Amino acid sequence: MSDHVLTVSGLTATAAGKEVLTGVNLEVRSGEVHVIMGPNGSGKSTLAHALMGRPGTVVTGGSIKLDGVELVGLPAHERAKAGLFLALQQPIEVPGVSVRDALVAAGVAPEDVSTTLVNEAEAVGLRTALLDRPMNVDLSGGEAKRNEIVQLATLRPAFAVLDEIDSGLDVDALGSVSRRIESATKEWGLGVLAITHFQRLLDELHADTIHVLVNGAIVQSGGPELAKELEATGYATFAK
Amino acid sequence: MPLLTSDTAAQLGGPEWLVARREAGAATFEKIGMPNARDEVWRYSPIGDLDLDRFSLAQENITLGETSLEAFSNFSGTVVHVAATGIEIPTASPNGITLVKGSEYGEASELFGSVANDADAMVALNSAHVRDPLIVDVAKGSLNDEPVVIVHHASSGSMFPRTIIRLADGAVASVIEIFVGGDADTLSIPVTEIEAGDGANLRYGSLQLLNRVGWHLSTISARVGRDANVMQFTTGLGAAYDRCRSDVELAGQGASSVLRSTYFGSGDQIHDLRTQQDHVAPKTISDLLCKGAVTGSSRSVYTGMIKVRNGAIRSNAMQTNHNLVLSETAHADTVPNLDISENDVRCSHASTVGPLDEDQRYYLESRGISPVNTERLLVRGFFRDLLEKTPLPLGTAIAQEEIEARLSQESLV
Repeated sequence: MSDHVLTVSGLTATAAGKEVLTGVNLEVRSGEVHVIMGPNGSGKSTLAHALMGRPGTVVTGGSIKLDGVELVGLPAHERAKAGLFLALQQPIEVPGVSVRDALVAAGVAPEDVSTTLVNEAEAVGLRTALLDRPMNVDLSGGEAKRNEIVQLATLRPAFAVLDEIDSGLDVDALGSVSRRIESATKEWGLGVLAITHFQRLLDELHADTIHVLVNGAIVQSGGPELAKELEATGYATFAK
Repeated sequence: MPLLTSDTAAQLGGPEWLVARREAGAATFEKIGMPNARDEVWRYSPIGDLDLDRFSLAQENITLGETSLEAFSNFSGTVVHVAATGIEIPTASPNGITLVKGSEYGEASELFGSVANDADAMVALNSAHVRDPLIVDVAKGSLNDEPVVIVHHASSGSMFPRTIIRLADGAVASVIEIFVGGDADTLSIPVTEIEAGDGANLRYGSLQLLNRVGWHLSTISARVGRDANVMQFTTGLGAAYDRCRSDVELAGQGASSVLRSTYFGSGDQIHDLRTQQDHVAPKTISDLLCKGAVTGSSRSVYTGMIKVRNGAIRSNAMQTNHNLVLSETAHADTVPNLDISENDVRCSHASTVGPLDEDQRYYLESRGISPVNTERLLVRGFFRDLLEKTPLPLGTAIAQEEIEARLSQESLV
């Protein structure tokens, strides 16, 4: 079991020139499942992209450290090599490039990639024929999300940021995706930071910690009971 | 032998009709002269730099019968080799297909120039200097799955190969022309004429894989009969200046044409593609998709014309051109044109010029793929997307092999 730590401190960032993150602090360790909830426009996706290093999402202050190594300033592929993975809310269509090709280019051993991909696709109920098709092209929302998890499980990162992985998934798919993520937390100690709007994912993933993100900062953190409270009262009580 | 002297036509030999066609081509060319970049179909081209006097007819005897293309290693079909000095045709032809030199074929004089017209300066130049046309004559109703492959071997000097493909009614065939070799002193001006009879079905590929020097100015003219279909795939990878003019005339009701085209430029290369989809008859369909990429200081030109003539009602024409510009010093021009003389028709055209998609790049890089490999994957994917949708397996396999080779050699940005 690995023992890594992802530490975000005082993170401020702009997206498209607008200040979105106003000071985010959190720490995720190997094997832990953290969930970020928050109203629309609170900065959840910006946080995901700031962590991964999307061009256009500009970190203006603070730090993101993985095992003490500063990620701010590193391009996305180096953050990935350092052990970070982002499952996108809307996976990008890449015509002419299959998942298989992409993962081999990412460094997965060509002799292992087929077996691993097929196993992982079966684990989340993704048709294996899609593995040789262009990434996300003409995939349903649910297939694209399962495809993200197949990539995650094949690359075996230390930490995964899941941006609304539950949207577009039906109940059964949400179950199999959640079980795969949960088993990864034990299998290789995957640390998870999941962004969601829904209680259901928290339950399925058996989240350890809930963070409430409002106006670009985490205003409260707590156990699963915090989500129940949110469900009852909404975000109004947290708004500044 | 210098070009366009009064005795060239006779010196090249062959039957009388051929000598006469050469003389006629030379006379037409003398009259119309070299085109220049003020002509719309030569706009953006370096045609003004072409000095015909610099080239004499290629004389070099090159060894035919061999290619270094890997995709051929398992190919057992018919391969014809063509060089400036001769044509090598295998003794056994596929069922229903006559492969023959024009000088030895009675119908050649009728076929010659029946689709391509000397009014075009390059066609006239070809007519004036052609040594011996190659005829691919496919008999009525004959069905052939395996392609006839024609390999053109370029050498120093000028060469003017003419290929004439005729499919009789209901015939099905597949023909691939491949251009290889060439050097800085190569001037290659090929003309291919295609006639698809009623209900015929042709898959045709033209793969220009020359070395990245010299001039290559090709013309492909096709006429498509009633309910016939011609599917063409062209790729331009070699030569310093690579031009392909591809005209399709949809002459019979219900005729259809598909054109898939690619080019990839690097260094100082210029790729120049001119297409015309000419709807003459009712209910005709043409579908064109062309994808190109330029890097280094290379540039590309695409101009396309969709013509829908009076009477070509209920026709449907599509024209799409996408260009990837991979460096700041590379450049792509794209000019789609419509000339529609009927109301009850559907036409669409679209073109794009731009760099690699930022979101795609970010997505792949977020998987841990380096920027350089991400670019290669995306450019390869850009072409593969087209190749995978093109039903000419051997042709696309060869094109893919060559594009992969180019991608591994080039620093893309």
